[in-house]
Amino acid sequence: MKRTNRFITILIFIFLYIPMAVLVVASFNTGKNITHFDGFTLQQYAKLFRDDKLLELLRNSLIVSVLASLIATAFGTVAAVGINGLNPKLRKVAMNLTNIPMTNPDIVTGVSLSLLFVFVGSRMLGQRNSLTFWTLLIAHVTFNLPYVILNVMPKLKQMDESLTNAALDLGCTHIQAFFKVTIHEIMPGIISGAIMAFTMSLDDFVISYFVTGLDFVTLPVEIYSYTKKPIQPKIYAMFTLLFLLIFVLMVISNVIQLMGDRKRQEARNK
Amino acid sequence: MKKRNAVLLSTPYLIWMVLFTLIPLGVVVYYALTDPGTGEFSFINIRQMGMYLPVLWSSILYSLVSAVVCLVIGYPVAYYIAHCSQTAQKFLYMLVMLPMCMSFLLRTLAWVGLLNDQGIINNFLVAFFNWLRSLGGIFSRIPQDFGRLTLIRTPGAVVLGMVYNYLPYMILPLYSTIVKIDHRLIEAAEDLGCNGVQTFRRVILPLSVPGILSGMTMVFVPAVSTFYISQKMGSSSTVLIGDVIERQFKQGNNPNLGAALSIVLMLLVFVCTGIMNRFGGDDEGSVMV
Repeated sequence: MKRTNRFITILIFIFLYIPMAVLVVASFNTGKNITHFDGFTLQQYAKLFRDDKLLELLRNSLIVSVLASLIATAFGTVAAVGINGLNPKLRKVAMNLTNIPMTNPDIVTGVSLSLLFVFVGSRMLGQRNSLTFWTLLIAHVTFNLPYVILNVMPKLKQMDESLTNAALDLGCTHIQAFFKVTIHEIMPGIISGAIMAFTMSLDDFVISYFVTGLDFVTLPVEIYSYTKKPIQPKIYAMFTLLFLLIFVLMVISNVIQLMGDRKRQEARNK
Repeated sequence: MKKRNAVLLSTPYLIWMVLFTLIPLGVVVYYALTDPGTGEFSFINIRQMGMYLPVLWSSILYSLVSAVVCLVIGYPVAYYIAHCSQTAQKFLYMLVMLPMCMSFLLRTLAWVGLLNDQGIINNFLVAFFNWLRSLGGIFSRIPQDFGRLTLIRTPGAVVLGMVYNYLPYMILPLYSTIVKIDHRLIEAAEDLGCNGVQTFRRVILPLSVPGILSGMTMVFVPAVSTFYISQKMGSSSTVLIGDVIERQFKQGNNPNLGAALSIVLMLLVFVCTGIMNRFGGDDEGSVMV
């Protein structure tokens, strides 16, 4: 039983990683075709760093995802603390609201936001171009917020309330108690929420596709428009680098979590 | 915490979410119920939707098949990961999650490269049979160019694309349910004379139902609304509801009809999550990836 499961697991991991391996291999290919490996080269990486247009797209993607995940993390953490203190009825309302963007298909979220922006922009404010960087940012913050909240809430629930009370008894204000006690207790949740928000944001295509205008295009949206023309091998080089970046980020967040768990266990053992 | 502070801290968030999730849905309803030409109230979009009923059915069918395939191949994986050591669990969990964070457009394009008529798999097969033929003997009867398969632009390719893209959404909730199963229950079943199959069928499987339901929903929802996978892996006979919506907004310029179709999609998903919550309990952790 265990052996069959292991065999299936290995097969599935191969299945999950084969397309990515294909892309990584293609980034070292001298030829343009993904299906033929003509020879090894690092030229695509050199080309990538000389391609201003591609770098600008990557920069756009990074600007949106960094800004959106930072805003969502700060905003979401504060909101989670607030929601945690609400009475059960209101808390349920808040959690249901949080779940809407999580359960709605991306296409519906994208379409609904784009209709809202166009409606407000063109009909109410009379703008010609109602989809801009700001609408994109608002959309990203909106779909990032639930990830932060759903990561921070469990940590808040796990936290011993008497810690905050002790800080308050010792003369902290509520704000001081938050920054000196609470934030340290819920930090693993904040970090994993932030990382999740960042990666979701960086990779988001569907929602961005509907809410972005022509003057601010992100990388995934541009890649989608490549479907008609053959894709440039430089993109594979970029994929490989992003893969490494996200892998490192995930390992870091894992190590932080493991260390946090260990510390908590040690504290408990004492 | 004082109640006043809690309200103060959570209000901006609630306002934000109402502004950017509830009100947009209201705008969608508004568009769905107005005439694309005159902008007046009408049911014309709802009436036109009948045309797309077959597309809706095939979307549901494709996504259901994908969800079931994901369950069948994802369950052993989740089960295996849940029975590894703590550190290995963390690592494998990360490996399952990692593909979700990488551009799904490029990964789908890689599948196109793999499955194409002149793609990697076909080239490999042809090379293999050519090599066999070169051995001579009985193999020399293998015809030239034997082994080429039509893989891309078939319904199977669309299902494969869906399964590939959304499999992690099945494995992760399954894992978090299976890992929580109390091991003593399994031991008790074994002590009372269950064999492996019986233990699985009577104890482990019923206890993993919440994970199964949440995994099925999490695969079904993005699969039923996808448009990229069917565009790249499928043909004109595998058009899905997501394609139709995308076309209304980006090419057809009939956002009103697109809005009406989006509402149908939303209701469909609403029903699915309703079923899940009904039978799966309200385990927030397993719904979240």
